[in-house]
Amino acid sequence: MSAWLNQHLMALRDALRRLAATPLNTALSLFVIGVALTLPAAGWQVIDNVQRIASSASGVQQISLFMALNAERKDVAEIESRLKLAAAGRWHFVPRDTALKRLQGTAGMADLVTSLPKNPLPDAFVIEPLDTSPEAMAKMAKDMADWPKVAHVQLDAAWVKRFDALLRIARLAVSLLAAVFAVALVVVTFNTIRLQILAHSAEIEVARLIGATDGWIRRPFAYFGAIQGLLGGFLAVLLVLLASHLMASPVAELAELYGATFTLQGPSAGLAAALVAAGAGLGWLGALLSVNLSLRHAD
Amino acid sequence: MIACSGVGKRYPGGLTALENVSCEIGAGELVFVTGHSGAGKSTLVKLIAAIERPTSGSIVVNGQNLAALRGSALPYLRRNFGLVFQDQKLLFDRNALENVLLPLAIIGTPIGEATRRAQAALDKVGLLDRAKANPIALSGGEQQRLAIARAVANRPAILLADEPTANLDSGSAAGILDIFRAFHQVGVTVIIATHDPQWSGLQHARELRLAHGTLAA
Repeated sequence: MSAWLNQHLMALRDALRRLAATPLNTALSLFVIGVALTLPAAGWQVIDNVQRIASSASGVQQISLFMALNAERKDVAEIESRLKLAAAGRWHFVPRDTALKRLQGTAGMADLVTSLPKNPLPDAFVIEPLDTSPEAMAKMAKDMADWPKVAHVQLDAAWVKRFDALLRIARLAVSLLAAVFAVALVVVTFNTIRLQILAHSAEIEVARLIGATDGWIRRPFAYFGAIQGLLGGFLAVLLVLLASHLMASPVAELAELYGATFTLQGPSAGLAAALVAAGAGLGWLGALLSVNLSLRHAD
Repeated sequence: MIACSGVGKRYPGGLTALENVSCEIGAGELVFVTGHSGAGKSTLVKLIAAIERPTSGSIVVNGQNLAALRGSALPYLRRNFGLVFQDQKLLFDRNALENVLLPLAIIGTPIGEATRRAQAALDKVGLLDRAKANPIALSGGEQQRLAIARAVANRPAILLADEPTANLDSGSAAGILDIFRAFHQVGVTVIIATHDPQWSGLQHARELRLAHGTLAA
């Protein structure tokens, strides 16, 4: 046990020494790995933020139900009881006067509203269904359209579907990008380790002749690859953080121009951990592949 | 300890290095494998250390048949041997002490104890004061002694040396021989392949004379 632990500690020390022995090469490899991890991570970050904008934006997962202009109190009550019966989720009633006041409050509309002879707006319900799947919402909207004194039911179903499909494509694209860069990371490590092995070929030959197992020979290289990947992962987290930081105030400004408040979210702890773990794991894999290939050649 | 029976080695291309060699070497023996250049001395040493595999016959070391040994078991078999190579195979990217530390690192000896043992090995070959020197800075005889120190650092039961005095003047060669005899005296089995005729006929030593790949005596 202590021999085993000792071998690992020595392999780790060897790996660190080899990393430190060639600072320029190490820095270049780290940069390549960092960038390779940054791109998919940034893509993921963008999708994450877009999704948050979408879910905070109104209209995406709501159904608007507009009453006929001649609808009366009892018609509104009827719709209310039907909504209750249908267990439609949460909703709120927007009386036509309130709607007009709101419109008046909207930039540029005040003059227009005051010039109107009478309130052209109907009473309305805004419903947030429990089941927000596009199919369920479409069915609900269709049912409501048949209710009495309902003039119009508006569901941005097409928009929801399109947005959903877009997000799915974006996620797929980022996943593919991640896969490509994962392969690139393995290849970069493979090559770095191959050069390392060439540089240590005399030592490897002697070690094998005097009783080193393949595992013993593999170990420092595996640590080397894993540490390099790990540091690359950290670099990627830093780059994503930096990008989020740099973009935060322009995004907030843009949001303000649209009268919204939105703050760009930086990478979550989960994403950061995943980046570092992916870097270490892929680096380790690349190193193992490289050493195994060399050992097989040497046999 | 080591038993060869009917061992033959043919290299690809048809060169027959050894043919039907049978011999037994007991624990604690001092054996010289002698013969002219190309007689198969190095080949026999490599076969015993399982660096190469025989094309016929069998070799048993410590009760283990080398032919039946799995590749993953080879490193553990090799740890029974202290190997001194014809070309020494010293590492020039580290100092003498670190060269001797290599076999100890392989078996996972804690660094403190490993350093003590490596220093003891260097002391035995008279190189303790050159521990920090790079092997490139050592003389031919010193390099050979360093190779021996590395071979004995993890106290192997069998010391196998291939032409350990090949490029040395007679004075240095005698010093090397004394070192091997000292290990023999403390119970280590010592097998030395050499073409140097002055070594045969030593007291307490047995000679295996090879000629054209077969055992002559």
